[in-house]
Amino acid sequence: MADLRDLYQELILEHSKAPRNYKDVPDANRRAEGYNPLCGDHYTVTLDVEDGTIRDIGFQGTGCAISKASASLMTQILKGKTIPEATKVFEGFLSLVTGKAPANGNASEIGKLTVFGGVSEFPARVKCATLAWHTLESALEGKQDVTSTE
Amino acid sequence: MSTLAHQPQTGTFRNAVGFEVERVRADFPILASQVNGKPLVYLDNAATSQKPRVVTEAIQRYYDEQNANIHRGVHALSMVATDAHEHARETVREFLRAGDTREIIFVRGATEAINLVASTYGRKNVGAGDEVLITAMEHHSNIVPWQILCEEKGAKLRVAPINDAGELLLDEFEKLLNERTKIVAATHVSNALGSVNPVYRMIKMAHARGIPVLLDGAQAVPHMPVNVEVMDCDFYAFSGHKVYGPTGIGVLYGKAALLEAMPPYQSGGEMISSVTFEKTTYNKLPFKFEAGTPDISGAIGLGVALRYLMDLDSCKVAAYEHELLAYATEEVAAIPGVRLIGTAKEKAGVLSFIVDGVHPHDVGTILDQEGIAVRTGHHCAQPVMDRFGIPATARASLAIYNTKQDVDALVAGIRRVQEVFA
Repeated sequence: MADLRDLYQELILEHSKAPRNYKDVPDANRRAEGYNPLCGDHYTVTLDVEDGTIRDIGFQGTGCAISKASASLMTQILKGKTIPEATKVFEGFLSLVTGKAPANGNASEIGKLTVFGGVSEFPARVKCATLAWHTLESALEGKQDVTSTE
Repeated sequence: MSTLAHQPQTGTFRNAVGFEVERVRADFPILASQVNGKPLVYLDNAATSQKPRVVTEAIQRYYDEQNANIHRGVHALSMVATDAHEHARETVREFLRAGDTREIIFVRGATEAINLVASTYGRKNVGAGDEVLITAMEHHSNIVPWQILCEEKGAKLRVAPINDAGELLLDEFEKLLNERTKIVAATHVSNALGSVNPVYRMIKMAHARGIPVLLDGAQAVPHMPVNVEVMDCDFYAFSGHKVYGPTGIGVLYGKAALLEAMPPYQSGGEMISSVTFEKTTYNKLPFKFEAGTPDISGAIGLGVALRYLMDLDSCKVAAYEHELLAYATEEVAAIPGVRLIGTAKEKAGVLSFIVDGVHPHDVGTILDQEGIAVRTGHHCAQPVMDRFGIPATARASLAIYNTKQDVDALVAGIRRVQEVFA
């Protein structure tokens, strides 16, 4: 049986209550909206990308603890990274939460995002954990449509 | 305040009507199962109810012993299957206290029933500049078909408002009725809030102006006896799976005179009486609205489910559930940091709530770990959520097999949610 504490780790709860980079990035040149209508999670991700590097990144919106903490940690870990580096983190994160990579197995790539390892035991919550990331992807690709992971 | 003060107040639930809930529980095999290592506490009945053994056995028996297409063959099995299907229609008639089986149309569910009326009666009678009146507490299935119709016809969708308790503002409703209103479509019981609408008065007000009324009874029929003739509603829709029957089957009741005058819905076999390449004559009621081979086993299962419920004495069921809902409301409202959404004076079956600082989705996941099934989200009623300024709620919804212990488990589960997020 999956343990609730595997999902709601301290770091996740802490970030959901006090999200980092909770802002609209001034002079953002990348922006996308993510919305999961069934659960109501709704975020905007904004970035300032210069010379292929994420100079600044922020998010705003409402949603569950998992989606909010994921957005918060995403902004923290990606600030200062190049786009290829960010893509690599995203791929590592995705394989972690979908159970394709063993928990902690790719810690060197994704750092403290390993706290989301428990999500793979809760398939209904994968869409929560990945919403901000897919929104980020849309922002980087310049997509206009609202992103959804439902 | 001490924690002790909020322990479940044993004794406030008396089961005053003496409903034999343990006997009922024994009829539902799934209730003996475990979820996440805990005994199942099923409180998602407004989404779908569980099925008593008699229903699943009847479906199995149909396929094992009676399967044939209906209204077609002269062979013995076809006649047995036809009789079983039409017997189910008679049971539905009795359940709704309708006057005539010709007024009972089998459809896939309440959604299809409403779509049927919107695209036949609606398309024929609603024109440019006309109005369709709904309420602010409708399920999407009683909004979107009318929206599409209004868009197509250049008509206007009007919405009668509700107050902060989730009750219809009857005066405002009446003010919205006018000579351009061609139909009223309202829910009998709100799926997101549990509010029971004053349907008798609503129908009277509409009929005083010659306006027909469709009621969405999906959340009503599991909880209260319904009498379409006394109510005098023109259309009544419900789904089988929310009232202990199988999925994929539902009912549209319509007054015969209205149904007679309506064009057909879908077309093909069964709904015709004769076809040439020049002209088709439609079949008589109710078959005119039942094109193609229907869900025969579903209809039979639904008939058995309704008989099961009627044998239980629906007045006793309603009284028991009412008392259980009152107990649940009292217990959940007593938890500090929990807010009830939908506090209408007249309610049935539904307890929507918000835990301060915790998103409903997280509430749902933590309750699930305790074996408790509730619905989280917008309950296909986004305008209701908007009305209360929230994205979603957690919703516990009751059925005849729920107990005081289920409610106590829910209360303990909500406390667990608060512990995790403390």
